[in-house]
Amino acid sequence: MERTGTVKDRLAGNGKAVVGIEGLDALIAALRDDGYAVIGPRVRDGAVVYDPLDSPADLPWGWIDEQDGGRYRLVREGEAAFGHVVGPQSWKTYLYPPRQTLWTGRRDGPGFTVSAPDGAVPRYAFLGVRGCELAAMAVQDRVFGVTPHGGRAVGEQQFTDSGYAARRNAAFLIAVNCGRAGGTCFCASMGTGPKAAGGYDLALTELVGDGRHEFLVEVGSEKGAAVLERLPRRAAETRDVDAAERAVERARTHMGRTMVEDPASLLARNLEHPRWDEVAARCLSCANCTMVCPTCFCTTVEDKTDLTGDHVERWRRWDSCFTVDFSYIHGGAIRQSARSRYRQWMTHKLSSWWEQFGTSGCTGCGRCITWCPVGIDITEEAQAIKNSEGRG
Amino acid sequence: MDAAILSPVPAVAVDPMVPRPFRIVRRVKEVDGCFTLHLRSLDGRPYAFKPGQFNMLYVFGVGEVAISVSGDCRDLNRLVHTIREVGTVTRAMAQLKVGDTIGVRGPFGNPWPIEPAYGHDVLFVTGTVGLAPLRPLVMEVLNRREHFGKVVVCYGSRGTHDILYETLLHQWRGRFDMQVHVTVHSAPAGYRGRVGSVAGLVKIARFDPEQTVAYVCRSETMTRPAVQALYERGVTADRIYVTLERNMKCGVGFCGHCQMGGSFMCKDGPVYRYDTIEHVFSVREL
Ligand SMILES: Cc1cc2nc3c(=O)[nH]c(=O)nc-3n(C[C@H](O)[C@H](O)[C@H](O)COP(=O)(O)OP(=O)(O)OC[C@H]3O[C@@H](n4cnc5c(N)ncnc54)[C@H](O)[C@@H]3O)c2cc1C
Ligand code: SF4
Ligand code: SF4
Ligand code: FES
Repeated sequence: MERTGTVKDRLAGNGKAVVGIEGLDALIAALRDDGYAVIGPRVRDGAVVYDPLDSPADLPWGWIDEQDGGRYRLVREGEAAFGHVVGPQSWKTYLYPPRQTLWTGRRDGPGFTVSAPDGAVPRYAFLGVRGCELAAMAVQDRVFGVTPHGGRAVGEQQFTDSGYAARRNAAFLIAVNCGRAGGTCFCASMGTGPKAAGGYDLALTELVGDGRHEFLVEVGSEKGAAVLERLPRRAAETRDVDAAERAVERARTHMGRTMVEDPASLLARNLEHPRWDEVAARCLSCANCTMVCPTCFCTTVEDKTDLTGDHVERWRRWDSCFTVDFSYIHGGAIRQSARSRYRQWMTHKLSSWWEQFGTSGCTGCGRCITWCPVGIDITEEAQAIKNSEGRG
Repeated sequence: MDAAILSPVPAVAVDPMVPRPFRIVRRVKEVDGCFTLHLRSLDGRPYAFKPGQFNMLYVFGVGEVAISVSGDCRDLNRLVHTIREVGTVTRAMAQLKVGDTIGVRGPFGNPWPIEPAYGHDVLFVTGTVGLAPLRPLVMEVLNRREHFGKVVVCYGSRGTHDILYETLLHQWRGRFDMQVHVTVHSAPAGYRGRVGSVAGLVKIARFDPEQTVAYVCRSETMTRPAVQALYERGVTADRIYVTLERNMKCGVGFCGHCQMGGSFMCKDGPVYRYDTIEHVFSVREL
């Protein structure tokens, strides 16, 4: 047979195919052959986390997560591999690790020399990236100068974080369209899910029930098509595509939460709303919400010196605007009160992010609600401000 | 115009998070608690900046802080910083001697725009160490003197002993083409100079308020009265530039520390046109 055109053209059925469970096996094997470290969901310590996967057997088959404000619990239900939604971790753990060495320095006579890391990065294949998580990556791409930021700020993001960019560009992304929504999910009202909108190499929709267990596979890139071509598969039929659509529709109509319309202007005109005092009284300033949030990018730096004082490693680690030190300048922190720090977080996510990067900083993944020890709910706070607007 | 000003600033080292080592070639003691370092790059590459930009200066094993460039932007081989000792890093910096090495990342930030002042009177409003970040701008305005009407400096310090760059102020005062007003907040009996606030200087300085661009470099709390005095003279917010200060860890828009509402001070600031950030002054702890 003549092999012409792009790989995508060569795949039958508009690039849509159906694979069975053995297809997942072949997928992981193919990616490993190509030198990728395959990372995906797996149950560890009572939660679904993103860990290296050896085979599909590692996936959380038959586990779903019950989530609510301040509450997360895994329970047995059905047999889906991707019946759970998002857990405490996000892919930023891999793309923008919690600790990174920026450079190392060595004392050298009266001076010192500096060497940058060699720039080699791991090649990751992420299996099970949800729509909200693809959206979160697109957000961080703007923050770290991988794509134009589109905000109204004076200049374009002039600098690119080379480590993030290298890891991001090397990554192979396998999206999963959600067939079930979690109790704290609100991607539908943020326009980021439950169906992956693009930016993936391959996208899976799990088709489970009525005696079958298969995955509809859609192609998002040349790279993805080339991998799909190597898997045992059949062309997708209309009934497969319909079943996938129904699954996603079910998730869409079962969102646990909803964000009010246009939270950006709502918050911008309510910077002095009394609700900030009310929420500050409950907020513990624990920073959980910023750690679990897939778009939060703030970091601080620290020096690690050895005993001789001649070697220094400069580290960058995740930081949070909930700490008082975060805004410290000589003479005292700018944001002393919990009220001002909570306001910084929420207005940044929903409002000022638009000015900075031309997008929302919240994708509706619900993590901050689930992992808040006192169950503070960003959708509820926005709603409360809206309800009482003008009634002060 | 000088080529140094027109040529684009050369790209910062490939990784903006990695410092370039510079050698201290001169150290000048300024007013109490204040010193100036003259630096030369160890890699021999020139260093270009625009007035108003800053560097992240790194002391080996101690830490890194944001410091504005205070020297002449036409001298690409000498980087000058004036630093006030306030805490851990700046104190360690004060211990450094000629021959020691310091790490430099930059230049970063949004410079003072000069062209909008062409054809206008120019007013500099500053005090104590605020003159340091403003000095490159004053020098450059003098370099391009023919483009401006009156050039006025209003400078205030706490006492008679903390007038930064006093010799330079005297030199400027000796020029026939600029006015220099200096005031001190309090002075010993018999002091012959002016005693009072900088805002008071703005009231008496001679300039055409309708045709003036003002550059204000003061602490955040002192900026407001200065701007108020300018308003009273009839200078509008769109012709006033100010600087602000926030905690900075990266200087390039990655670490998030310098945010103020929708703005990143390290890349959208530290210089702002006042009308674009006026609202900030009315929201506490933003
Ligand atoms: C854009 C910009 C330009 C500046 N230009 C000058 C200058 O030309 N000359 C000068 O003397 N000072 C300047 N500063 C202030 C200088 O950065 C602080 O004085 C310095 O960070 C204090 O650090 P420290 O470790 O000595 O003090 P500490 O009080 O021990 O501070 C601890 C840490 O807090 C942060 N921090 C503290 N104060 C400030 C501050 N004011 N701004 C930002 N971060 C702070 C730093 O990360 C610092 O390491 C500038 C600040 C900014 C933001
Ligand atoms: S703010 Fe909350 S819901 Fe929004 S993306 Fe971050 S963690 Fe998810
Ligand atoms: S919410 Fe806070 S921690 Fe998260 S990106 Fe914004 S400033 Fe940084
Ligand atoms: S200083 Fe890091 S973002 Fe501005």
